Amino acid sequence: MKEQLYKYILGIADNSLILGQRMGELCGHGPSLETDIACTNISLDLFGQVRSYYQYAAKIAGDNRTEDDIAMLRKEREYVNVLLVEQPNTDFAYIMARHFLFDMYHYMFLQELQKSQDLTLSAIATKSIKEVSYHLRFSSDWIKRLGDGTEESHSRIKNSIDDLWTYTDELFHLTDADKVMVNEGVGVDVTKLKDTYYTKVSEILQEATLEVPESKYFQKGGKQGIHTEHLGYLLAELQYMQRAYPNMEW
Amino acid sequence: MSEEQIKNLEEQFEARIVRDDKIEPKDWMPEKYRQTHIRQISQHAHSEIVGMLPEGNWITRAPSLRRKVALLAKVQDEGGHGLYLYSAAETLGISRDEMFEQLHSGKAKYSSIFNYPALTWADMGAIGWLVDGAAIINQVALCGTSYGPYARAMVRICKEESFHQRQGYEIMLKLSEGAQEQKDMAQDALNRFWWPSLMMFGPKDDESPHTAQSMKWKLKRKTNDDLRQQFIDQTVPQAELIGLTIPDPDLKWNEEKKGYDFGPIDWDEFWQVVKGHGPCNKERMKARVNAWEEGTWVRDAAMSYAEKQQKRKEKQAV
Ligand SMILES: [Fe+2]
Ligand SMILES: [Fe+2]
Ligand SMILES: [Fe+2]
Repeated sequence: MKEQLYKYILGIADNSLILGQRMGELCGHGPSLETDIACTNISLDLFGQVRSYYQYAAKIAGDNRTEDDIAMLRKEREYVNVLLVEQPNTDFAYIMARHFLFDMYHYMFLQELQKSQDLTLSAIATKSIKEVSYHLRFSSDWIKRLGDGTEESHSRIKNSIDDLWTYTDELFHLTDADKVMVNEGVGVDVTKLKDTYYTKVSEILQEATLEVPESKYFQKGGKQGIHTEHLGYLLAELQYMQRAYPNMEW
Repeated sequence: MSEEQIKNLEEQFEARIVRDDKIEPKDWMPEKYRQTHIRQISQHAHSEIVGMLPEGNWITRAPSLRRKVALLAKVQDEGGHGLYLYSAAETLGISRDEMFEQLHSGKAKYSSIFNYPALTWADMGAIGWLVDGAAIINQVALCGTSYGPYARAMVRICKEESFHQRQGYEIMLKLSEGAQEQKDMAQDALNRFWWPSLMMFGPKDDESPHTAQSMKWKLKRKTNDDLRQQFIDQTVPQAELIGLTIPDPDLKWNEEKKGYDFGPIDWDEFWQVVKGHGPCNKERMKARVNAWEEGTWVRDAAMSYAEKQQKRKEKQAV
């Protein structure tokens, strides 16, 4: 049970970690000062959440592991984030599409996690959902602006949604740890979120004058630690200091 | 307006400044006052946003989650400073786009310190401690400057800068308590950032042409050399406290002046960097220009969307 809870926490936190890292890459390079500040702020929120989750996971593990060991000293195959969040910052359209497709899920997930029997997790969810509802508003607004903006922005956001769509189905897969935790009343049964997710996403896309992709071919594997090639580079940066200077305090 | 009337207005204006009245955007002001303020405030704003680059560079590699969060928060603050300052400059009748244009064309300057590379994690400590530290010394003086919007922006910004400075110093402290490699990293960062930080106060007084006018308008309360001395006197004991050595063999306490004597600053290097030939001038400008150009389609989309929304609203109202 302890081991399953530990895995379950990583399954939630790794998503925020990897997405936070991606958003952190953008700092100072956004299309406007306001978006720069917003993206930095979102990254900051996500890392704040990550710290709460990993601190809790470290406590559950009960050895000398720290939040930083968990964040920065695992091997590539041990990260269990979904493939969606590790996709690169190709351009602002990809960045917003990735965010939007994740935020909608993240918001719905936290709504449910607030009801968890595990009081620490429900407290983290309650704190995080305020931040994530802002993220969702921010990314949804941008989907609408880009979709219903100019011809160029429309075609860019359309392409990015089409490309990233293939990673959405994985959000609703249950891992073994998920199943155990759902039975304990601790975890969220994400399969139940799926229909509402696609309905809500479609609503925003329609408002943005975008078509809902029809493709039924989906990618999966992140939750089992089988990632896209992008993750390795991201981890190389994330882990650089901890690997180059092991066992030091910062 | 007749010459006499203008002269009258100018006299009243100077009298207000002497009385410590704040000048507000709608008040009459001499054209030179307006231009000088546009130049200085926009230069300050540009420094904030170019300053996001060397530190932003280390966000993905911060050594711990705690440090990463703190660095993100700091860089976000700097962006916020850029926003207030651009807004303050806009009250003088220049748009943000025009200011960006001046930055990108090289017409407007920004603080030269950001043309030095941030190579190691210790540089995040050195930048916070020394660069934000030097900025505070320059800026505290500006909290009482004559132009209202600038003075108010400064009050807000100074509070955050002093937080950044403590955070930077704390990074250095931690390194100096750590393994030998960490101590060396801290010393190396101090070695590289010490002299450029001293240059942040600008040329020596006898080579600083605008000083007299700026003092009169309270854009400056103390001279470059005075501020530099204050910075050195404040920083040397902080370095000693954490076992770091200031890279200046001539540094020596002078009991008579109650301050440190220090070695010669390499002004050739200073002018080289100011004129655009420092280690990172080209990269920094390229990063800003790229962000701006690659963002054009995004800004256009936002504008076009806003216009469509406006039209829809108008239609509904009819
Ligand atoms: Fe500043
Ligand atoms: Fe600042
Ligand atoms: Fe600062």
